[in-house]
Amino acid sequence: MTTSSYPSKLLESAVNEFAKLPGIGKKTALRLVLHLLRQEKEMAFKFADTIHHMRQEIMYCKSCHNISDSETCHICADANRDNTLICVVESIRDVMAIESTQQFTGIYHVLGGVISPMDGIGPDDLTIGPLLEKIKSGDVKEVIFALSTTMEGDTTNFYLYKKFEKYNVATTTIARGVSIGDELEYTDEVTLGRSLINRLPFEKTL
Amino acid sequence: MHIRHLNLINFKNIQQAEIDFSPGINCLVGENGAGKTNVLDALYYLSFCKSYFNSIDSQNITHEQEFFVVQGQYERQDEDEHIYCGLKKSQKKHFKRNKKEYSKLANHIGLLPLVMISPADEQLINEGSEQRRKYIDGVISQYDKPFLDDLMRYNRSLMQRNATLKQLKESGARDYSMLDLWDEQLEQLANRIYNKRIDFIKELVPVFQKYYAYISDGKEEIALNYKSHLHEGDLKRQLLEVRSKDTILGYTTRGVHKDDLELLLGGYSIKKIASQGQKKTFLIALKLAQYEFIQKHNGIKPILLLDDIFDKLDDARSNRLLQLVSEDVFNQIFITDTNKAYLVDIVKRTGKDYKVFDVAGGQVLIEGEEE
Ligand SMILES: [Zn+2]
Repeated sequence: MTTSSYPSKLLESAVNEFAKLPGIGKKTALRLVLHLLRQEKEMAFKFADTIHHMRQEIMYCKSCHNISDSETCHICADANRDNTLICVVESIRDVMAIESTQQFTGIYHVLGGVISPMDGIGPDDLTIGPLLEKIKSGDVKEVIFALSTTMEGDTTNFYLYKKFEKYNVATTTIARGVSIGDELEYTDEVTLGRSLINRLPFEKTL
Repeated sequence: MHIRHLNLINFKNIQQAEIDFSPGINCLVGENGAGKTNVLDALYYLSFCKSYFNSIDSQNITHEQEFFVVQGQYERQDEDEHIYCGLKKSQKKHFKRNKKEYSKLANHIGLLPLVMISPADEQLINEGSEQRRKYIDGVISQYDKPFLDDLMRYNRSLMQRNATLKQLKESGARDYSMLDLWDEQLEQLANRIYNKRIDFIKELVPVFQKYYAYISDGKEEIALNYKSHLHEGDLKRQLLEVRSKDTILGYTTRGVHKDDLELLLGGYSIKKIASQGQKKTFLIALKLAQYEFIQKHNGIKPILLLDDIFDKLDDARSNRLLQLVSEDVFNQIFITDTNKAYLVDIVKRTGKDYKVFDVAGGQVLIEGEEE
């Protein structure tokens, strides 16, 4: 399909915006845009408004960097949760995966990725500084590493372990029965729940 | 273990074929380019999820067709195994065992062990060290799954280290903490890979020498010599020593990705001094040693594919070779040749069950069968 084949510039720019989304090609983008056109106007406006609001108003929890509607997310704000126990994850998707197991009573720290020079991601691009501050404050008893078992995830674990070693904090890693390269968010709830309970001291996995 | 039935659609030059094989010896005869080797490659696909010859999957689809299907029915440890491999242009390859799609192709490797001996093996001798590492790693991976994981993780770490080197070079920064991190990872993985390669070669050499001596019926002195930076000890120390050099080059110059296997005849490089027949004997002995190795570790006799194996071998060597493979050490065998009378004559003499297939213009027919 060439660009000139669109009957409308407005249509074309909408298609181009959709096609910027991951996993969406030009064909799918056109289908989605045509779908929106066939709907009542109100529905399309609501769709646009929701995205606008979401982007405008969403916040990152100032404590754990999880996505939140308020300055402090509902997990960090929950007095029943043990804030001496921190589970370190890559992204919000991992928080959702672990929350769905209902096995974890501590709080999270969302790193925002893993160290990967190939993707231009170094320690400074992650939320390691704030995590280190929490540990230095002495309020944290245990840090659980729950990063993916890719080379990059393991290397980030190792980096963090070296950083935290000199502080009085236990470092553990979730004991996963999942094979190398599997992502946390695809692990089933039972396996993930069990692996949180059966976590291991990190140095034993080295 | 053996394959009973093979079904091909649009695979290379074979548009359609349904073949029932003998559990003993299967002879595929026909002119060069008729499609004999493509049948072997289809069997290779079913064991390794890829072609022996062309790593770009879509190029194995028949010219001007949209897809290929390779299906095999095996008997493995008294169980039926149905293996399906299908590829449609610009789509993901589908690979199924008993109608169930594999989540990872790596999980299939090793289920249906197979050894291919082909004229293309000459690249083991003639080309760079990568080919020889591939040979070593290919054999070990067939019985040692963690090894394959270590290898993949080593390669990944290597890419990350090289990316770190390039960033250091471009930025001119002097903070080497990220390099320390990847050096640490590389060393751990390299040690495990190195130890497994050492064990493998130690065990391989006497078997290889046994087969070479048998086929050549001679006293030629042959050797395999494993070369590795890790012979010199601690990789982390070595990486530290070459750090400034690596930073200038932008890649890693020490490690198991530089390992090599020296192939020696009478103490000299086989590439330089051996005759065609000696080279071929060398490669066959190497592959038969691989066969014995896999059988020992896997407990299953692999399928043996002999592509154009008698070419460049004199009659004496050819006879001893066939005598050898018809022994009970080996199980199901596939042989291609252009000379039907010659092949059938020597196969008959083995006393094993056999079938002969005529291959011409992409058609595979059992001998005597009409088109
Ligand atoms: Zn929070």
